[in-house]
Amino acid sequence: MDFNQNHFALFGLTPAFAVDAEALDRAYRDLQAEIHPDRFAHAGEADQRLAVQWATRANEAYQALKSPFARACYLLALQGIDAMAPGHSPLPMAFLERQMEAREALADAVVAADFDALDRLERATRAEAERLLGEVAELIDSRHDYAAAAEVLRQYRFLEKFLADVGQAYDEVE
Amino acid sequence: MALLQIAEPGLSAAPHQHRLAVGIDLGTTNSLVATVRNGISVVLNDERGRSLLPSVVRYHGDGSTTVGYEAHEHASEDPYNTVISAKRFMGRGIKDIPDVATLPYHFVDAPGMVQLKTVAGVKSPVEVSAEVLKVLKQRAEEALGGELTGAVITVPAYFDDAQRQATKDAARLAGLTVLRLLNEPTAAAIAYGLDNASEGIYAVYDLGGGTFDISILKLTKGVFEVLATNGDSALGGDDFDRRIYCWVLEQAGLHTVGDHDKTMLMAKAREAKEHLTDHPSAQITAVLATGQLIDMTLSEAKFNELTASLVNKTLQPCRKALRDAGLSAAEVKGVVMVGGSTRVPRIQAAVGEFFGQTPLTNLDPDKVVALGAAIQANVLAGNKREDDWLLLDVVPLSLGIETMGGLVEKIVPRNSTIPVARAQDFTTYKDGQTAMSIHVLQGERELVSDCRSLARFTLRGIPAMVAGAARIRVTFQVDADGLLAVTARETGSGVEAHIEVKPSYGLTDDEVARMLQESYAHAREDVDARQLAELKVDAQRLIDATEAALAEDGALLSADERVAVEALITNLSGQLPSGDQAAIKRATEALNRGTVEFAARRMDASVKRALAGHKIDEIGM
Ligand SMILES: Nc1ncnc2c1ncn2[C@@H]1O[C@H](COP(=O)(O)OP(=O)(O)OP(=O)(O)O)[C@@H](O)[C@H]1O
Ligand SMILES: [Mg+2]
Repeated sequence: MDFNQNHFALFGLTPAFAVDAEALDRAYRDLQAEIHPDRFAHAGEADQRLAVQWATRANEAYQALKSPFARACYLLALQGIDAMAPGHSPLPMAFLERQMEAREALADAVVAADFDALDRLERATRAEAERLLGEVAELIDSRHDYAAAAEVLRQYRFLEKFLADVGQAYDEVE
Repeated sequence: MALLQIAEPGLSAAPHQHRLAVGIDLGTTNSLVATVRNGISVVLNDERGRSLLPSVVRYHGDGSTTVGYEAHEHASEDPYNTVISAKRFMGRGIKDIPDVATLPYHFVDAPGMVQLKTVAGVKSPVEVSAEVLKVLKQRAEEALGGELTGAVITVPAYFDDAQRQATKDAARLAGLTVLRLLNEPTAAAIAYGLDNASEGIYAVYDLGGGTFDISILKLTKGVFEVLATNGDSALGGDDFDRRIYCWVLEQAGLHTVGDHDKTMLMAKAREAKEHLTDHPSAQITAVLATGQLIDMTLSEAKFNELTASLVNKTLQPCRKALRDAGLSAAEVKGVVMVGGSTRVPRIQAAVGEFFGQTPLTNLDPDKVVALGAAIQANVLAGNKREDDWLLLDVVPLSLGIETMGGLVEKIVPRNSTIPVARAQDFTTYKDGQTAMSIHVLQGERELVSDCRSLARFTLRGIPAMVAGAARIRVTFQVDADGLLAVTARETGSGVEAHIEVKPSYGLTDDEVARMLQESYAHAREDVDARQLAELKVDAQRLIDATEAALAEDGALLSADERVAVEALITNLSGQLPSGDQAAIKRATEALNRGTVEFAARRMDASVKRALAGHKIDEIGM
C-alpha cells in the first residue's frame, strides 16, 4: 500500500472540488476503523508504531479534503500551483474596499457592544464566502482555470480571517 | 528438556482468555478504579464497600504512607505532610499555582514541576499521584485475582502536554502499563453513549474538584468524534470552597490563620457547600487554634453570590468550544453532567440556561468517568472483537515554536484530531550559523511569555551556509495519548542533523528507577520481584498478540518466515519461567524486532480491506 499516494486515492475518491461528503466520511471511518492505534493497543511495538503513522496519515488526508478551502488548495497544489504563496497579483480594489468597510463596521460593533451588528456581519460574510466557494467549484471542476481559482481562494482566505476576528470580537464584547 | 513448555504456537493463542484491564479516574478530590465484568462496567470497592478513594496522601517520618479516607480525616493534624489535590500541581511550576497562599505546603520550586517538602523527603506531585494509583492497582489485583495487563488512565481534556506526561509518569511509577491516556469527558461519553444508544451532538460538561472541561462530541453509529474541547485545568469545586473560606475569614475579621486552621476551615467550607446542595442554608462552626469561635450561617443565596463569577467562568469555554465546532447551542442534542461539582443547583441551572435544555444527570457524576475508562480499557486490552467503536479525540491546545521577537508560530492547531503530525520549515538568520535552538510551546496566545514552555533543545551540526540557505524542518508528532514528540532536521544540504526530544519535564528512565527504589525501600514488596512480574506481563502480552496475528493473518508469511517468528515466540516462552530479567528482556526485544515486517504487511492488508469495503459499499448504492 503506498503511504504517499494522494489524499483522494487514499480514500478511493476521484480528485475534484465537488466531493461526496458522506462518501469521504465513510471512507475515513472505514480506514480508521482498521488502522487506528486503539485497534493495536494490545499488539506489539511494530504494530503500534505503524498504526500511529497510518492514522496520522488518514487524519492529514481527511483534514485536507474535508474543508472546502483546504481541498481547493490541495487540488491546485496537485496542479503545481501554490495558491497562498506570497507575490501574487494584488486583490481587486472593489473587494478590498468592501473589506475596509466591513472592518470599520466590526470596530463600531465592538465599541457599541452591539451583538446584533456582529451577527449581521457574520452572516453577510459567510454568505459572501459561500458565493466565492461556488466560483471556485466552477473554476476548478468545469473551467479548469486554476490560476483564476487561486485568486478567488485568496479572497476567500481574507474572509476567513475576518470571520475569525468576528469570533474574537464576541469574546471581547462580553 | 521441558518439552511440555513448548506449546505449539497458534494453538495456545487462547482467544477467549480474558485479560485483566481497568479504567482509573485519577481525580483531584477522588479517584476510582473500574473494570468490565461479564460485559458490564463496574466500580471496584474497597474492603469496606466504598467506591471512592480520596486523592489524599499522608507521608510519615518512616517513609510509609497512608492514602485515602484515613489520610483525609487526619489532614488538619498534619497539614504539611498530607497532600490533598496533588493533581493541581501535576506538570506545574510554582508560579502556575494561583492559590499558593491558601495552601499549607512547603513548596520547593524545581525546574519544570513544583515539589513538596515532607517528613519523608521532597516529593514530586508525580510521586504523590503514584501512591494513589498504587492503592487502586492493588485493589484491582485483589478483586480480579491477578496481574493487570494494563490500565486506561483518565486526564482532563484540557490538560496540556506537561500535565499528561506527568500523569503517564505517575502510572509508570505505580507499575501500571498504560494502555491509553483518555480524556475524562470522552470517557464519560462512552459510558453514557453506550448506555443510551444515542446519536447526534452531545456536550459533556465536567466540573470536578480541581478541573473544568467542556467537550463537544458527535456520536454516530460506532464513532465518538470529539469536535472541540475547551476548559480550565485550574477551576473546580476547590475554588468554590476557597470562596467560602475567604468569606468566613472576612466575616470573622481575620486576615489569615495558621496552617492547621487553613486545612480545617477548607474542609468545613466544602462540607457547607455540599450541604447547600439539598438545604437552604448551612452552619459553619469551628474553634480556631487561638480559641476564637467561628459560628456562621451561610445561605444558598449568599453562596450563589460568592460563586457567581466562578459559574460564569465555566460558560466562556462552552461558548468557545461551540464556536470551534462550528455549532450553536441549539444544535446540541444533550448535555451530560459529569463531576461532583455539577450537583450544585446553581450550576445545573446556569448550564441548562446556556444550552437551552435540562442537563442529563441520570448517571452518577462521580463514577461515570471511571466506568467509561473501564469500557475502553476492555477494548484496548483486546477482550472485545465484535461491534467495537471508534474514538476520535483531539489536541486541546495549539502547539508551536518560538520565532523571532518572542512570538509563537503555531504548528499543530487546537482541536486537531489525534494522532497528528505537522511539519514546518525554518531557516538560519545569520551567515555561517551551525546551530539553531528550538523552543516548543503550547497555548493559544501569541506571545511566548503567555504560553506554556514544554521543551527547549538545540539542533547542532548544520553545515555553514549563508543566512536563509539552510532548511530546517521541525516536525511535531502527537500520539494517541495526546503526547508530543518533536523532531528537527536540516534538509537543505542533504546533510542531516536530527534530534528527537521528549518534553523536558518528563521523567527519564533513570529517575523512574530511582523513585521506584526509594518507594519500595519502605514497602514489603521487593522491587526486583516487581520488575520481573512486569516484564513477564509485557512478554506474555506480546506472545498473545503475535499468536493472534499469526492465527488471523498467517497467510501473509511464507513458510520460512512463519517458522522464524514461531521460533522467537518459543524462545520467549521458554525464558519466562527462568526468572532471568535480562534474558526475558532480550527475548522480548528479539520478538519485537522479528515481527516488524509482518506488522507492515498486516497493516497494508488492513488498509486494503478498508478501501475494498468502501468500494463495495459504493457499488451497492
Ligand atoms: N453534593 C455535592 N454538592 C456540591 N458539591 C459536591 C457534592 N458532592 C461532591 N461535590 C464536590 O465535587 C468535587 C469532587 O468532584 P469529583 O469527585 O468529580 O472531582 P475529581 O474527579 O476528584 O476532580 P477532577 O475531575 O477535577 O480532577 C468536590 O469539590 C466536592 O466538594
Ligand atoms: Mg473528575
